[in-house]
Amino acid sequence: MALRQCAIYGKGGIGKSTTTQNLVAGLAELGKKVMIVGCDPKADSTRLILHAKAQNSIMQMAADAGSVEDLELEDVLKVGYGEIKCVESGGPEPGVGCAGRGVITAINFLEEEGAYDEDLDFVFYDVLGDVVCGGFAMPIRENKAQEIYIVCSGEMMAMYAANNIAKGIVKYANSGGVRLAGLICNSRNTAREDELIMELARRLGTQMIHFVPRDNVVQRAEIRRMTVIEYEPAAKQADEYRSLAQKIIDNKNMVIPTPITMDELEDLLMEFGIMEEVDESIVGKTAVAEATA
Amino acid sequence: MPAMTREETEALIQEVLEVYPEKAKNDRAKHLAVNDQSLEKANKCITSNRKSLPGVMTIRGCAYAGSKGVVWGPIKDMIHISHGPVGCGQYSRAGRRNYYVGTTGVNTFGTMNFTSDFQEKDIVFGGDKKLAKLIDEIEVLFPLNKGISIQSECPIGLIGDDIEAVAKMKKKEHGKTVVPVRCEGFRGVSQSLGHHIANDAIRDWVLEARDGDDSFPTTPYDVAVIGDYNIGGDAWASRTLLEEMGLRVVAQWSGDGTIAEIEKTPKVKLNLIHCYRSMNYIARHMEEKYSIPWIEYNFFGPTKIAESLRRIAAHFDDTIKEGAERVIERYKAEYEAVIAKYRPRLEGKRVMLYVGGLRPRHVIGAYEDLGMEVVGTGYEFAHNDDYDRTIKEMGNATLLYDDVTGYEFEEFVKKIQPDLIGSGIKEKYIFQKMGIPFRQMHSWDYSGPYHGFDGFAIFARDMDMTLNNPCWKNIKAPWKKETASEPVKAAA
Repeated sequence: MALRQCAIYGKGGIGKSTTTQNLVAGLAELGKKVMIVGCDPKADSTRLILHAKAQNSIMQMAADAGSVEDLELEDVLKVGYGEIKCVESGGPEPGVGCAGRGVITAINFLEEEGAYDEDLDFVFYDVLGDVVCGGFAMPIRENKAQEIYIVCSGEMMAMYAANNIAKGIVKYANSGGVRLAGLICNSRNTAREDELIMELARRLGTQMIHFVPRDNVVQRAEIRRMTVIEYEPAAKQADEYRSLAQKIIDNKNMVIPTPITMDELEDLLMEFGIMEEVDESIVGKTAVAEATA
Repeated sequence: MPAMTREETEALIQEVLEVYPEKAKNDRAKHLAVNDQSLEKANKCITSNRKSLPGVMTIRGCAYAGSKGVVWGPIKDMIHISHGPVGCGQYSRAGRRNYYVGTTGVNTFGTMNFTSDFQEKDIVFGGDKKLAKLIDEIEVLFPLNKGISIQSECPIGLIGDDIEAVAKMKKKEHGKTVVPVRCEGFRGVSQSLGHHIANDAIRDWVLEARDGDDSFPTTPYDVAVIGDYNIGGDAWASRTLLEEMGLRVVAQWSGDGTIAEIEKTPKVKLNLIHCYRSMNYIARHMEEKYSIPWIEYNFFGPTKIAESLRRIAAHFDDTIKEGAERVIERYKAEYEAVIAKYRPRLEGKRVMLYVGGLRPRHVIGAYEDLGMEVVGTGYEFAHNDDYDRTIKEMGNATLLYDDVTGYEFEEFVKKIQPDLIGSGIKEKYIFQKMGIPFRQMHSWDYSGPYHGFDGFAIFARDMDMTLNNPCWKNIKAPWKKETASEPVKAAA
């Protein structure tokens, strides 16, 4: 099987890292060889696999050693649950330096050092929040991730973000081979959430590949720095991640997305009662002005 | 070749523009003009200080070049850190020939390169800590430095390093002036913005050091020379004239200058501006804040020097006015001898210039003193007020070209066939290969000074040496000469 490279995007705090690690654990259980590349300065994309607080990142080790040329692959690549290979790009603390450049440097390093070996079935990039600059688009440039999965929920801002990410994919889809492969709904238990995300997926020209219900076992496992599949293999939630993993293995639905306009998105949210219709007459009015009107 | 008429010059511009695509043609057309002395304002005929077109060979520099290379670099007792990757500092090191006296590496640092030598990790994690460490190391290794400036290269602006915070912290720790300069190369359209940023940094971080401090004894004859970078010793050749006429030169900005001189400048009576483009900002600031008037002057060639000396003297009492006359009289025999020697060899020769801040207009008078005519001129990074000042200096129907492209310059030269071109190192070999005598007018072709009466003698000699060099007669290969020599006799 040829190597498939997938990137996971989605609004900050939506559960990208948790979902990625659980689904990768599912893939490993199915006998797949997987590598996770964390592309977030926080470096928390691999802790459930490695049972670690935060893995030593490529950039941090490069800074300590002098330069990235001073590193060897085995210094930065750790193997965890299910023989999953883990690396973190790492980056600066908030407010200094350039995290985007860190992602670029780290991925170039992995390529040059032959981290993408032929035995691998999957590489997953777990990318920080939004595609804010060229560095965070690195995983979806040519010859990198070909499949993008967007983690979202039935909340307004999560859907805004999903639509924006779709716009970013269109840009790179035209120059390279990257495709949107589906939305993963990480449920927040909002009303008619599955229908809403299915409808958003339809509008974007893609699918809701799986609906991951909310279950506290995920948090219980996380406290122990484990995935659900490892912590409680018999849990119902473990089956959900196995099911997501199998769907990703079987997935053939790769599209150039058709992002919708802000108005269309708002209409959709209103249709599902997430957003109330905007009363144009109150826009820009202060409380005082309203009281005197 | 007779002088071109207005119509001919206009036709030449049109012909040169012809090869450009429509959009580029429209843009470049605004930067090329036929001089018309009757105009008061240059904006009627020429556009300047705009972004260069992609794809053309522009001759411009960047904001870092304007700040580090031009304004700050010559301040000799400060250490100027090229903050960022190593290349910007290393490839511009000691290239500008601003002479200074002092012991390099001990109490002066002009030709040395100090850089934070950014690596990948500094981009990713930020370079503030490295900068702080670098400043500490400088204090240990070069304790006689009188201050430090931090010259930002492009990446500093991209990653948003807080160099101001580092500067403030280190200033407090070491008790010396530390100046952060935000002169990232990508800012602005040319080096011109770098001059402005550098001027503003002096204003904000240096100039007020002695506000409210009257301990410096002043005289009624105190002046500062502003915008003379002492290329090949220019400022020295200028300073002697001012001192001989009775003035006291308190500061040189910034050729062979010191930070102490800069700090004392707000105490002077008059600021004398040579390079208006790169330092008018600080002169205007001192006029507003300290009520110090400023005037422009021109120390190229005896005519302009005499005019300038009298104009400067007009701001002072009779002692100085008499002093100016005395100076002009004293050097008269000398410069007349120079003219008598070189004018017959240079009379009627036509010159095209393309330089930087002030020379495209300031050297015209010096050429005219030698009987030569400047038939085309242009600036790399001028603004409209520079062209306002140029219109009157140039003859009617001569050619003006702003931010000229490599292609345009070559085509103009082919058509106008000047006897001499004065421009920079990038242009030199192209025109020499075309068989046209060439002088570098940024570096004085490693000669100089050209300022003052002393400089005029060297200027005249250099122009003659270049123009009348016998090598130009041999530029054509013997077998390509039109008048074939006698047929070669067959071998016996």
